[in-house]
Amino acid sequence: MDALVALAVAVGGFVGAPARFRADHFVADRVASDFPLGTFLVNISGAFLLGLLTGLGLRVHVPELVKALVGTGFCGAYTTFSTWSFETVRLIEESELLEALLNALVGLVVGLVAAGAGIALGLVR
Amino acid sequence: MTAPRRAAGDEIRAGEPRASREGAPWGRAGVGARRGPRTHPGAQRTIMVTIGCAGALGALARYAMSRLVRVPPGHFPWSTFWTNVTGSLAVGLVLVLLAERFPRARLARPLVVTGFLGAYTTFSTYAVEADLLFRGHDVTTGAVYAFVSLFAGILAAAAGVVAARALIAVEHRLSEQLG
Repeated sequence: MDALVALAVAVGGFVGAPARFRADHFVADRVASDFPLGTFLVNISGAFLLGLLTGLGLRVHVPELVKALVGTGFCGAYTTFSTWSFETVRLIEESELLEALLNALVGLVVGLVAAGAGIALGLVR
Repeated sequence: MTAPRRAAGDEIRAGEPRASREGAPWGRAGVGARRGPRTHPGAQRTIMVTIGCAGALGALARYAMSRLVRVPPGHFPWSTFWTNVTGSLAVGLVLVLLAERFPRARLARPLVVTGFLGAYTTFSTYAVEADLLFRGHDVTTGAVYAFVSLFAGILAAAAGVVAARALIAVEHRLSEQLG
């Protein structure tokens, strides 16, 4: 494991995880909802950003350290999978079956579209 | 959809599973619930630094997993898959244990759940990997990856919740027999 790359991943994670906390807090303070909107928006924006970085990387040279810092570190830590799946379980347990289904499927579909849009934008000359 | 879901002091929950309604175990307790950290900037800063450090460790753990499980392009991304499934299992387990068994451990939740497990698991890589499979015309692998990850993650989180409750029940039974 390249020490410098690992350091970049750690720095990205150090920034990304609190950014998720802040962003989710920002949304939750403004929108009263049982639906985990904050996690949804965090995941969508992070997927778009990583898609953009990935698309750029397919077209031009992106240094490994930038990929480690922004991609693996920041985007990886900023977005979260575990909260997403746990929230779905919580909604099921509270008999909010429609919201659980929406959380899972809309999160998946919009996440794929956001990442795809990012990749496409990164590929534009 | 009516009541604001977050009371003063609940912001500690942000970035992690929602405070839920009365009755659900993780809705009753948790780190710093109803303590009002908004009025204590020092406490808020401690929480941010805690999440940051744990986030750095979580990102490193995910990176280590990606080095351990190498996935060639066009193949099922097992590395991210196992990261996300094990992280979901751990979130279910830890959240219920913290809420029902260790409600006074104030920093445990930002440390373990928001910081480490939140950063260890990732949605962005998952979405981009699925899209790259679609782009590379590995549509079946991409679709299987997208849906199997989703279902396995939900099952794992549910299994974590069930396991935590079973552990607590065993502890109760043991303490009744002994005392």
